[in-house]
Amino acid sequence: MKNTALADRPDGFDVQAVRRRFPILARTVRGRPLAYLDNGASAQRPDSVIEAMDDYERRHHANIHRGVHTLSQEATALYETARDRVVQFINARSRHEVIFVRGTTEAINLVAQSYARPLLQPGDEILITHLEHHANIVPWQMVCEQTGATLVVAPIDSHGAVHADAVVALMTPRTRLLACAHVSNALGTVLPIRRLIAAARTRGIATLIDGAQAVSHMPVDVQELGCDFYAFSGHKMFGPTGVGVLYGREQLLERMPPWQGGGEMILSVTFARTTYNGLPNKFEAGTPNISGAIGLGAAVDFILGLDRDATHAHESALLEHATAALSKIPELRIIGTARDKSSLVSFAVAGVHPHDLGTILDEDGIAIRTGHHCAMPVMEFFKLPATARASFAFYNTFEEIDRLAAGVERARKMFV
Amino acid sequence: MELDDLYRDVILDHNRRPRNFGALEAADASVEGFNPMCGDRITLRLRLADGAISDIRFEGQGCAISTASASLMTEAVKGKTRSEALHLFDRIHQLLTDDAAAADDELGKLAALSGVREFPARVKCASLCWHTLAAALRSTNPQALSAVTTE
Repeated sequence: MKNTALADRPDGFDVQAVRRRFPILARTVRGRPLAYLDNGASAQRPDSVIEAMDDYERRHHANIHRGVHTLSQEATALYETARDRVVQFINARSRHEVIFVRGTTEAINLVAQSYARPLLQPGDEILITHLEHHANIVPWQMVCEQTGATLVVAPIDSHGAVHADAVVALMTPRTRLLACAHVSNALGTVLPIRRLIAAARTRGIATLIDGAQAVSHMPVDVQELGCDFYAFSGHKMFGPTGVGVLYGREQLLERMPPWQGGGEMILSVTFARTTYNGLPNKFEAGTPNISGAIGLGAAVDFILGLDRDATHAHESALLEHATAALSKIPELRIIGTARDKSSLVSFAVAGVHPHDLGTILDEDGIAIRTGHHCAMPVMEFFKLPATARASFAFYNTFEEIDRLAAGVERARKMFV
Repeated sequence: MELDDLYRDVILDHNRRPRNFGALEAADASVEGFNPMCGDRITLRLRLADGAISDIRFEGQGCAISTASASLMTEAVKGKTRSEALHLFDRIHQLLTDDAAAADDELGKLAALSGVREFPARVKCASLCWHTLAAALRSTNPQALSAVTTE
């Protein structure tokens, strides 16, 4: 994916070449070319991911880590190779630090129940921010209820930005864990996680970063970040649903008890006593999502094969173009205007409910998300029941954004 | 074309100027409806006299479909007995979900809601207020506060 400067490509990125890798982008919806602007909810898959999963299903499927037969060995090798790809993708120290889970939600629940719950005493504190996804709120509320710990919420400003100083000010001797998003799904805000992690480390506070919205947009190096846990989902980074990753620092994972019991996570079982397996298997009870992990490994390969500076520049150009085009529409207010933003635009149009807008845009083949984005406290903060959200990937085009803006304007005129 | 069928003039008008919108003092029943999928909320208050709905008003926030449906509903059921209103609820439920259901004179302006069934994702928007009404009427003690969701 080399950067080729051509006059008809405003930012010099050959978007058509990358689009050809995603079969679904060629389809039409309601007679119009699909404009898929809901990547924050789930991104589409390139041919290589689809083919890797198809090849596994057709040629290699068997249960892993079980049989001595050929298929089982092939399936095991493919599954564990996928883990190695993830190790490289986030620069983990070893394969002991990469746990396959169902997704970001399960990863956070695992940390809440297996790391936090045994540790927390009544009066201890867990620190989150106001812009978290429900998946990074509810597991902590549950563990607080179980242990008598308190959930402390750091504020956002009117732009939807998180100020590191405001979060650090809430770190106390009772703070046991900081759990925050890398990128906000509802607003696009990129959080100052380097400063937050550094401040937490000097105070002996563990850190969990919800990277669901980050890994598809920016390189993530967990060693450079220095976080204790990092969670993300396959399907938001061009891989399949039902598979995700919990990265954890080996020292912490070693000390944590398993969170589910069953096959795979044991070394030996008698009715008197069970000996747990080592990392990472200790946290992977039961037959895992084998084809999902293989698809995720292929997604990693796909992303690492991109010119990430070029895709990032294209996404930034899309964000700039969308912000400018939508800002021209009367009565439209962009929700989330932090200086450091990922490539998504949340917005509200006075007099047009987001759900009506979503239906009207769908008639034009344009897919956006409407609703509370599983971040009801964010909606409450901005005094809105819901917003419309267009979230971009590097395969989106300037023309798709122009169609979005035209559709929004058309909807607005309908309801005036 | 299909979009025009969903957002008919009656719907757009009732969204722009919802009838019977606002608080109702001394209500005999007050029921909240909530659609957790999209965040739509409605509070429905009504007064009963001689077994009939003597007054009914709604408040809340929702999309054009849910607002217009609630507005049309309050107009349609005012003066109706409990069983007449519940019969209308059944008719609307059918209209929204059954492709074979036809609108007739009994439905009057409510027939405008028939376009919704072509948009399955939006049926809940139109039906929220009706489920809320049914809950209010079916409660044996209409004074009791309760809540209903479409999930």
